[in-house]
Amino acid sequence: MHSDRLKIGDKEFGSRLFTGTGKFRSNEEMENALVASGSELVTVALKRVDLQNENDDIIQHLDHEHIHLLPNTSGVRTAKEAVFAAELAREALHTNWLKLEIHPDPKYLMPDPIETLKAAEELVKKGFVVLPYIHADPVLAKRLEEVGVHAVMPLGSPIGSNKGVITEEFIRIIVEQSNVPVVVDAGIGAPSDACKAMELGVDAVLVNTAIAVAGNPVEMGIAFKEAVIAGRRAYLNGLAGKSNTAVASSPLTSFLEQE
Amino acid sequence: MSTFKEIFDRYSWEEVKASIYAKAAGDVERALGKSKRDLDDFMALISPAAEPFLEEMAQLSHQLTQKRFGKTIQMYIPMYLSNECNNICTYCGFSLDVDIPRKTLNDEEILSEVRMLKSKGYDHILIVTGEHNKNVGIDYFEHALELIRPHFSHIAMEVQPLNQEEYERLIKAGVHTILLYQETYHKEDYKKHHPKGRKSNFDWRLESHDRIGQAGMYKMGLGILIGLEDWRVDSFFNALHLNYLEKKYWRSNYSISFPRLRPCAGGVELKSVMTDRQLVQLICAYRILNEEVELSLSTRESEKFRDHVLKLGITSMSAESKTDPGGYTLNQENLEQFEIDDARSTNEMAQVIRKQGYEPVFKNWDAVLQ
Repeated sequence: MHSDRLKIGDKEFGSRLFTGTGKFRSNEEMENALVASGSELVTVALKRVDLQNENDDIIQHLDHEHIHLLPNTSGVRTAKEAVFAAELAREALHTNWLKLEIHPDPKYLMPDPIETLKAAEELVKKGFVVLPYIHADPVLAKRLEEVGVHAVMPLGSPIGSNKGVITEEFIRIIVEQSNVPVVVDAGIGAPSDACKAMELGVDAVLVNTAIAVAGNPVEMGIAFKEAVIAGRRAYLNGLAGKSNTAVASSPLTSFLEQE
Repeated sequence: MSTFKEIFDRYSWEEVKASIYAKAAGDVERALGKSKRDLDDFMALISPAAEPFLEEMAQLSHQLTQKRFGKTIQMYIPMYLSNECNNICTYCGFSLDVDIPRKTLNDEEILSEVRMLKSKGYDHILIVTGEHNKNVGIDYFEHALELIRPHFSHIAMEVQPLNQEEYERLIKAGVHTILLYQETYHKEDYKKHHPKGRKSNFDWRLESHDRIGQAGMYKMGLGILIGLEDWRVDSFFNALHLNYLEKKYWRSNYSISFPRLRPCAGGVELKSVMTDRQLVQLICAYRILNEEVELSLSTRESEKFRDHVLKLGITSMSAESKTDPGGYTLNQENLEQFEIDDARSTNEMAQVIRKQGYEPVFKNWDAVLQ
C-alpha cells in the first residue's frame, strides 16, 4: 500500500478521502474532524468564503500543511458564471485547482452536463486543474476527459441525500473506461458506502454531510478514513477477481472426467 | 402565459377545509411512514389529527433539516427603506389610514444604515418598503441598490408586486431574492383586509411569483399572514403554490416565512389564533413535505420560542430587527410596521445558536456568482 499514492494533476495524495467543509456546527469542529480524517484535499464553497478577507475564518481553520484547498463553484447556474467565479477563486485562494459544480436546479442540485462540459473546456485552456462534478454518465466522463479535465467526480446519489452509491452500475463503467482518476462525490452516507465505492475501483471519494452532521464528526472522520483504506485494500487485493476464487464442483462438465 | 391562477381556480376553500378536518390518525401515520410526501399527506400533517404526533414530527423534521442544511442557521437582517404606502391593510402599521410620520430614506441615511448593519457583521440583507409606486418605485430601488450592493453578498427584497420587466431590472441591480406573501388565499376575505390601493387586486398578487419566476430570480419567498384566516387552509394553498412554482421555475430556490399575527388592542380581529404548538406543527409539516425548502423565522416571535424552534426545521433567522426606515441609526418614534418580540442583539443571538450546537452563518452567497 505504501506506493499506492493518488496522482491528480501536479499533486500526489496519500489519502483517498476528500472532504467538504459545509454543514458543521462550527469551524473548530470542522477543522478537528477534517484533520482526524486524514483528508488532504478539502473543498470549500466560494459563496461561504469572504474573498476580500485574507483572514477568512473558514480558510484559517484549513491552514495545515497537508491540506490542499479545492474551491468549488456551488451556486453558479451557467458556464459563464462558473468561469468568472473560478478566476476570482484562483486569485483569492492562490490555487488553480477547481471543483467545477454547475447545478441550475437548487432542489436536487443536479449537475448540468452541457454547461459543465463548456466550462471545463474553457477552464482547462485557462490553466486550471479541473475536477468536474457530474452525473454518473460514462459518455460525459469521456467527453470531459477529452477536453482535458484532471479527474471526474460522478455522483453516488443526490448531494446531501446520504443514500449511498445508487449509481453503482454506471460508476463501474466509468471506472472501466476512464483514463483520469474517478472520485465518487455526493451521496456517500456511511463508511460502508465509502468502502463499497472504493471496492468498485474508484480512485477516491468525497464526503461532507455524513461527517458534518454525525453525532461526533471527529470519530466519524476517522471511521471514513478507515473505511476508505479498507475498500482500497480490498480492491487492490483481488476482490475484483471473484470468479477465480473458489472453484465449485461443476456438474455440467463433470462428464468430461468420466472415461 | 399560464400562471398559478389556473391551478388555484380549480380548488374551493370550503372543500379543502373539509378535507383537512376529515383527516384521521391513520392518514398522519401513513404520511410519516413514507419516504416522500405529497400535498394530501401535508393536509394530514397540518390537520388537528396530527396534534398527538407532534414529537414524532419534530424528530423527523430535525433530522431531515440537518441532513440538508447541516448544523447551521443563516443570519439576515431587515432594512426598511420607506414606510410610505398607498394601501389600506387592516393589520399593518404602514396602512394609509394609520396616522404615523412617513419617511423614505435618502442616500446619506441609506449609507449610514448600511454601515451600522455591516458593523454588526451582516452580509445578507433584506430590504423592505411599503407600496408607494411614485415615491418608492423601481427607479428609487435601482438607485438605492446601487448604494447598497457593494456592501452585501446577498440582497433580498420584500416589495410590492412588480411587473416582469421590473423584476428583471432588480436582478440586474443585484437582487437575489424576492419575498412576497399572499397574506391570505381566501379571495373574498382578502378584499376585506385590503379595501384600498393596488394591493386590493387579489389576482395581481397571486400571479406575482410567476412574473418573478419568468424574470429568473434566484430565490422566491412565500408565506401567509397567519391569523387572518384559518391557518390550516391558507397553509395548504401556500404549499400548493410552492409545489406549482418548484416544478415550473425549477432554477429558483424557495423559502417559506411564518409571520404570525398576535391578538392586540385596536388591531384586526383574528379569525384563527395560532398557538405555539400549532406553529411548531406547521414548521415541521413543511419540512416533512419538502426537504429542500428554506424556512425562516423572524423576531416577531419570542426568545423562548425561537431558542427552541431553531432545531426543528428553521434554516434562517434575523436578530435585533428594526421595522422602521432608519431604525438602526435614527432616533425616532412611532414609525414601525410592527413590534418585534425578541430584541436580543446579534451577538447574543449568535451565542444562543452556538450553544445549541449550530453555526450562525453570515455569508452563504457571493455577488460574483450573479
